[in-house]
Formats: sequence, structure tokens, C-alpha cells
Amino acid sequence: MEQIAFIFLSALTLACALGVVLAKNAVNGAMCLLLCLAGIAGLFVQLHAYLLAFILVLVYAGAVVALFLFIIMLLDMQGGQAWRFRPAQALAGFAAAALLVTGLDLIAIRGRLGGGPPVGQGAGSSLKLYAYQLFTAYLLPVQVMGFLLLVAMLGIILISRRISEADPSK
Amino acid sequence: MTPSLDAYVMLSSALFAIGFLGVLVRRNTLVIFMCLELMLVAATLALVAFSRFNGTEDGDVFVFFILTVAAAEVAVGLAIIVALFRLRQTIQVDRLNSMRH
Repeated sequence: MEQIAFIFLSALTLACALGVVLAKNAVNGAMCLLLCLAGIAGLFVQLHAYLLAFILVLVYAGAVVALFLFIIMLLDMQGGQAWRFRPAQALAGFAAAALLVTGLDLIAIRGRLGGGPPVGQGAGSSLKLYAYQLFTAYLLPVQVMGFLLLVAMLGIILISRRISEADPSK
Repeated sequence: MTPSLDAYVMLSSALFAIGFLGVLVRRNTLVIFMCLELMLVAATLALVAFSRFNGTEDGDVFVFFILTVAAAEVAVGLAIIVALFRLRQTIQVDRLNSMRH
């Protein structure tokens, strides 16, 4: 049963990932990204990382893809003219991607990761354990992350302000 | 019967390679950015799988941080793309070549 669900979810994820790469229109690409993230969230649930699946749907599907769609609506008025297929370039891209996947899988096979069953309960299954980790061992990273979000927010304000002030002066 | 760790690692490597292909092949900056997100998510999938199969929670906590950084990264990146579009009226990478010569 779990095997069937895994096969279905991985097929969905890979197909939608290919959809992101091959879609003519960027809006279709964003929709494929959304489905792909839903598949990944399903895989997270299979790995007992329930909290991460929830956060993935909330942050990625809720915020990031919506932001992408807004920006596509704002900028991409040319529609489908973007995707010009250049054989030499596409061939080089496919060769590079094939090399990459072969190399990674060779490492995975030679490393003998093993087909053993999962150990323990799975950390993500318990919210208490998670919070304990975040507020003891990883307290400093949490603080740094908050500071990073603040800096990112200030940076975005600065970027959008400077350009809009420079425009009328031209 | 649960799927093995090998299956998860191969799935995440395939996903990473698809994202990489998109970054190389596509010319629209927004699509390239979406493919970058795909690569990031593929890496998180590998982290969660390793964390689950080794019985530790460090990988899961790390993914938590990755998701936070990814949200900040997307916001900044899209702001830069909008600024670029305002400046140059295009987001096709083959027309953004003023640093080429």
C-alpha cells in the first residue's frame, strides 16, 4: 500500500517537475510547481514529517507560488513567446542533467545506503520533540533566521524604493 | 512494505536534475527561478529521507531552516527581477547581456 502511494506520488512529482521545465506559458509552469509541491508534501507525510509537510504547503504553495503568480501577471505580458527551442543548447542541457543524475545515483549505489527499514518513530511525528530541538540545540540559528528575515524585508523595501525614485528622474 | 532509502535518494536526484535542466535550457528569468526552487525542494526531500531512515531529527530541523531561508530568498529574488524589468523592460536572459563584452 505504501509502495503504491510512493510510486503514485513520485510519478506525480516528476511529471509536474517536467511540466515546470517544458511549459510554454509561465502561468502553467507555476501551476505545475504547485502540484509538484503537493506531491512532495505527500512524500513528507509518508516520511512521517507531518509538520514539514504542513509548513511546505503553507509557505511554498500558499506564499511562494502565489507571489510567483503575482509577478508573472505583472511582468510576463508577452505570453508564450519565451520558449524558443535551440537544439544545441537543449542537447547540452540534457547531457548535463543526465551526467548529474548518473553521478548522484552512482554515489547513492556505491555508498550502499541499504534498503533497511526506517529507524524509530520519525522525529517529525512529535511536535514536542521538534520544539525542544529548536529551543535548545538550535536556539542561535533560530535567532539568526529571524534577523535574516528582517534584513530581507529591509532589502526588499530598499530595492523597490530606489528604482521607483530613479525612474521619474530619467 | 515501505519504500527504501535508495528510492527516495534517486527520486530527489532526478528532481534535482530536472530543475538543473530547466535552469540550463530556459531563457525566462521567472521560469529559471522556479526551477531553482525545484532544486531546493529536491535537496530538502533527500534531507528528510536521510533523517527518517537514520532516526535523527537534525535533518528535519535543518529543512525547517531551509524553508525559512527559501521564503526570504524568493521575496528578494522576485524584487530584484521586478527592479530589473523596470530598468530594462525585459526579463529574457539572452537580452540581459550588458556584462558580456
